Amino acid sequence: MGARPTPQRLIVEAATKPRMPRHIKLRHDAGRGVWLLLAPERVFTPDPIAVEVLKLCDGERTVADISAILSKDFNAPEDVILGDVVSMLQDLADKGVVTS
Amino acid sequence: MNEMSTSSHAVELEADPVCARAPVGLLAELTHRCPLQCPYCSNPLELERVNTELSTEDWCRVMRQAGELGVLQVHLSGGEPTARKDLEEIVKAAVDAGLYTNLITAGVLLTKERLQRLADIGLDHVQLSIQDVDAENADRIAAYKGGAAKKHEVAGWVKELGLALTINAPLHRQNIASLPRIIDYAVEVGAGRLEIAHIQYYAWALKNRAALMPTEEAFMETARIARDAKERLKGILVIDFVVPDYYAKFPKPCMGGWGRGIMNVTPSGRVLPCHAAESLPGLQFDNVKDRGLREIWLEGDAFNLYRGTDWMKEPCKSCPRKEIDFGGCRCQALALTGDAANTDPGCSLSPHHADWAKVAREESHNAAPDFIYRRMAAKPAS
Repeated sequence: MGARPTPQRLIVEAATKPRMPRHIKLRHDAGRGVWLLLAPERVFTPDPIAVEVLKLCDGERTVADISAILSKDFNAPEDVILGDVVSMLQDLADKGVVTS
Repeated sequence: MNEMSTSSHAVELEADPVCARAPVGLLAELTHRCPLQCPYCSNPLELERVNTELSTEDWCRVMRQAGELGVLQVHLSGGEPTARKDLEEIVKAAVDAGLYTNLITAGVLLTKERLQRLADIGLDHVQLSIQDVDAENADRIAAYKGGAAKKHEVAGWVKELGLALTINAPLHRQNIASLPRIIDYAVEVGAGRLEIAHIQYYAWALKNRAALMPTEEAFMETARIARDAKERLKGILVIDFVVPDYYAKFPKPCMGGWGRGIMNVTPSGRVLPCHAAESLPGLQFDNVKDRGLREIWLEGDAFNLYRGTDWMKEPCKSCPRKEIDFGGCRCQALALTGDAANTDPGCSLSPHHADWAKVAREESHNAAPDFIYRRMAAKPAS
């Protein structure tokens, strides 16, 4: 197992390019009328804002890019949005549902 | 957006018992066959035989019905699920039904080729059990020579194939000192999640309780180690810590509440609200060969018997925690108090609690007896 690097906690910053790993599935459940985040032996119900953020997490866009998009969509100051998005994604990364 | 709080943007899904779409999880015990003989196995003492197992078509139908019912995750378990030659077909049916697929395996029967096929079909997650990080002790606990080394190899394949990995480490007095090394091991093999699961004392584990029960002091030490590790490994390893009822103040909500979030299908197709429910006498269980999952979930007698809170007696009935822990485990209540509708003796409010916990505490300080290994009975049960 020597070849594998020691895993590190992802610290989310403006330049981070977040994505959901393959085993995390964001899905709208029509029957329950909610968005779901399926993870190993866990099911989360992300709130509407988290859903919007997660949809933009494609591993290409940076957190700054995502914040700029949301800032336009929600007509809110970009620096405020950026702070909120960073802390949200840090929380999701610590839950194991977001990586970079 | 300004109101966005940083606390919790994603909370775990709450099940609603009266809703058809409530069962979040389906525990599919594909077979009771297993090459390991762990003395704490959660399977019933009377194991189901291979000639009673559901067919491939039965299981594929169950997966389709589960998807239609709104089940989100299927846990393919056993026994050892890879003992079924048709596992690939069953996983495919589950994936096609839109289910999140979780393989709960001891690993020892797997080949890399087979794991590759399962990954290609769309398997999402592998939960691999380990008995200890000390290979010799692990193989002794499982009564399977070479098991620990094989599991280590399997963990490597899981990561190599890009599958998510959970290490499940059942903890008891005969491996409890290894906990710090178990945590290191989970990180080393690249697991995203570690289940530190103190043994739950039902079925085989209850039979072996005196050989397995740790002292309260040893248990408290594991709680401290787990808490520290959670903090230290934040963002690296998700750690779930399962407490033994004997050293807890309140019982666990068995299966998240009876008939509330989980269905369990046995190898022969019986549908249970809890994997130990067959120990409750007089309960009639539907079989997937006779009835659809949806009907069983909504109308099955076994599911309705202890669903909700109407069945409760005191001290549960007036307890503010009754919708938190749902009175704990019915099977443990029956086994240890003689009445399945009693409060789980794991609850400190149960009149049986003090005596029950005392016996376990005493056992934990005595010399451990030999294991009674999990084996099929010599003759089929009549």
